[in-house]
Amino acid sequence: MSGTFVGMPAFPSAAREALQDDQLRRNLANATGVIRTKRAEVVDEVDNWEELRVAGAAIKDEVLLHLDEYLIELEASLTAAGAAVHWARDADEACQIVGDIAADHEVDEVVKVKSMATQEIGLNERLAQRGISAWETDLAELIVQLGDDLPSHILVPAIHRNRDEIRDIFVESMASAGKPAPDGLTNDPAALANASRLHLREKFMRAKMAVSGANFAVADTGTLVVVESEGNGRMCLTLPEVLVSVVGIEKIVPSWEDLDVFLQTLPRSSTGERMNPYTSTWSGVNDADGPQEVHVVLLDNGRTRALADEVGRQALRCIRCSACLNACPVYERTGGKAYGSVYPGPIGAILNPLMKGVGVDEQTDSLPYASSLCGACYDVCPVAIDIPSVLVELRTQVVDSHRGGAPDAFGAAMAGAAVSFGSPLPWKTVVLATGWAGRLSGPLAGRVRSSALKNVPGAAGAWAGARDIPALPKESFRAWMKRTGGQE
Amino acid sequence: MSAARDEILGRVRAALAPSAKTERSRVISRSYRDVTAPADPVSLFVERVADYQATVRLVSAAGVADAIAAETEGMHCIVPVDLPWDLSNAEIDDFQSNDELDTFDAVVTGAQVGIAETGTIVLDHQGDQGRRAITLVPDRHICIIRTDQIVAGVPEAIAELNPQRAQTWISGPSATSDIELTRVEGVHGPRRLVVLVVY
Repeated sequence: MSGTFVGMPAFPSAAREALQDDQLRRNLANATGVIRTKRAEVVDEVDNWEELRVAGAAIKDEVLLHLDEYLIELEASLTAAGAAVHWARDADEACQIVGDIAADHEVDEVVKVKSMATQEIGLNERLAQRGISAWETDLAELIVQLGDDLPSHILVPAIHRNRDEIRDIFVESMASAGKPAPDGLTNDPAALANASRLHLREKFMRAKMAVSGANFAVADTGTLVVVESEGNGRMCLTLPEVLVSVVGIEKIVPSWEDLDVFLQTLPRSSTGERMNPYTSTWSGVNDADGPQEVHVVLLDNGRTRALADEVGRQALRCIRCSACLNACPVYERTGGKAYGSVYPGPIGAILNPLMKGVGVDEQTDSLPYASSLCGACYDVCPVAIDIPSVLVELRTQVVDSHRGGAPDAFGAAMAGAAVSFGSPLPWKTVVLATGWAGRLSGPLAGRVRSSALKNVPGAAGAWAGARDIPALPKESFRAWMKRTGGQE
Repeated sequence: MSAARDEILGRVRAALAPSAKTERSRVISRSYRDVTAPADPVSLFVERVADYQATVRLVSAAGVADAIAAETEGMHCIVPVDLPWDLSNAEIDDFQSNDELDTFDAVVTGAQVGIAETGTIVLDHQGDQGRRAITLVPDRHICIIRTDQIVAGVPEAIAELNPQRAQTWISGPSATSDIELTRVEGVHGPRRLVVLVVY
């Protein structure tokens, strides 16, 4: 079983740990760089990319601002198409519903196609408690699951593993989960992919029940859409008798025609392909083709909380492409685990606090600060989520939620600054002091050739701990002006 | 269950209540559809399908049967009930079990729509395409599409397709880049995709 993110430390300490992992940083730098380049190439091919972004944002906003109406419409069209619709207020309720369906059919295992929503609700662990094995069938998810590990990227969850480690995981763990790895398995990616094909085919053939998510749910036709690459999705959506799809309530698009935006923007933004290898669409039960019992679980689990935030609401436009992760200089260095959530990177830094609320736990409150606000995430977002603005708004909310307690280092520094900037006398005192500091550090600086101060005492220390501050000049600007008259 | 439904809908309405007065526009600009159509969609389609490491051949209507025979020589094939070409080495889909499907080497089907810009074939699993499982379990898929079924881009395909039918959009053989970002063609779906474009 894969691990969980519960009890992860706040971002700064998790990030510090991740930064010590050379292999992780190398793999991530390579992966994000390669995908960034591929994305840029296929996005450049599209003349009307900006129109597609604007339309994608407008379609999602339309859904969000009328979400109650669209949910009722989706429920009706799904029901008309033969699907059973369930509603889940939170993770517990969703897991309970899926577990009950499995129990009704007396299955002790289900096959799963990679789904962020089911990871979010911790479905695999909950099913395990009821004696039901949930088998991940995406190659990377299989690597993560067999290695009892955590995913590090939405799109390529096992990017922190190299081929030798993957070979070892397969050799060690496949046998206990089902069909063992072939004898003499090498570290060749094609051989490893083939081992997963053989291991999982046995499971696909015997599974009675599958669990999926959905990339899109079309309100007026009741159509669900799953976008994938390997064919494990098609296997799960086609071969078992019972299919349960856990769908976040924000996944709705109003009508079938709206898919012509997202089926252009999602693959190009996500894997940097013109189109992903396989996209499956289905509306309820199809006569004599595929699962004859179809369930859809509509999941809230904090989404309505995010919806209530007028600035943050736009985060619910997200189509989980992961372009913002690959564009982010912070993510590129720390990787996904440091964010302590199935939703890492810039989108995770806003989605988690929006869905869970701020002022509740330190880990979530640390996430809006896991950004330099450079804006690269906004530029690449196919639904134009203004992530930097939402981050700034959430920082305000985090600070507000802590009002009344002791001021933190940053607050104390700002309070100090308010005194310094407030009147000329304290300001001159500060300048005089730093001038002296500069003169004192001058000879030292000359010896160690350091251009940056690493350690700053007092209130500013915590802030400076994660940043390099330029070394103080030898004299203050005022002193320099007095001495040279600005002529030097 | 209905308690959860009522509560979620209630939360949604409460979340949106403060925004009720603001403009809730229902107009979505479709200007993204105003693009120059490719001069020659068929050759673009052929080029883009080949980009995915699929095999793609242009064949005349009279040559289709021979082309299928060449692609399936020595193989045990399954075909949908309405496939308009006869194959000596094929069984017709008769709702074989999943395990039985796993014994076939190849499947031969028609297609519903082809998308030039993305090199995609779309099956909506009508008579000449068969149920979804037959194009999934065998290791080789030979798909036959007429040039008049090829449209310029995704919007044209979406406009033609019927959402009530289950669909499979196929762009090259199954693939993964999960191991060190090395692309491997062929994981769970057919590892070989052959597209015959009939002119």
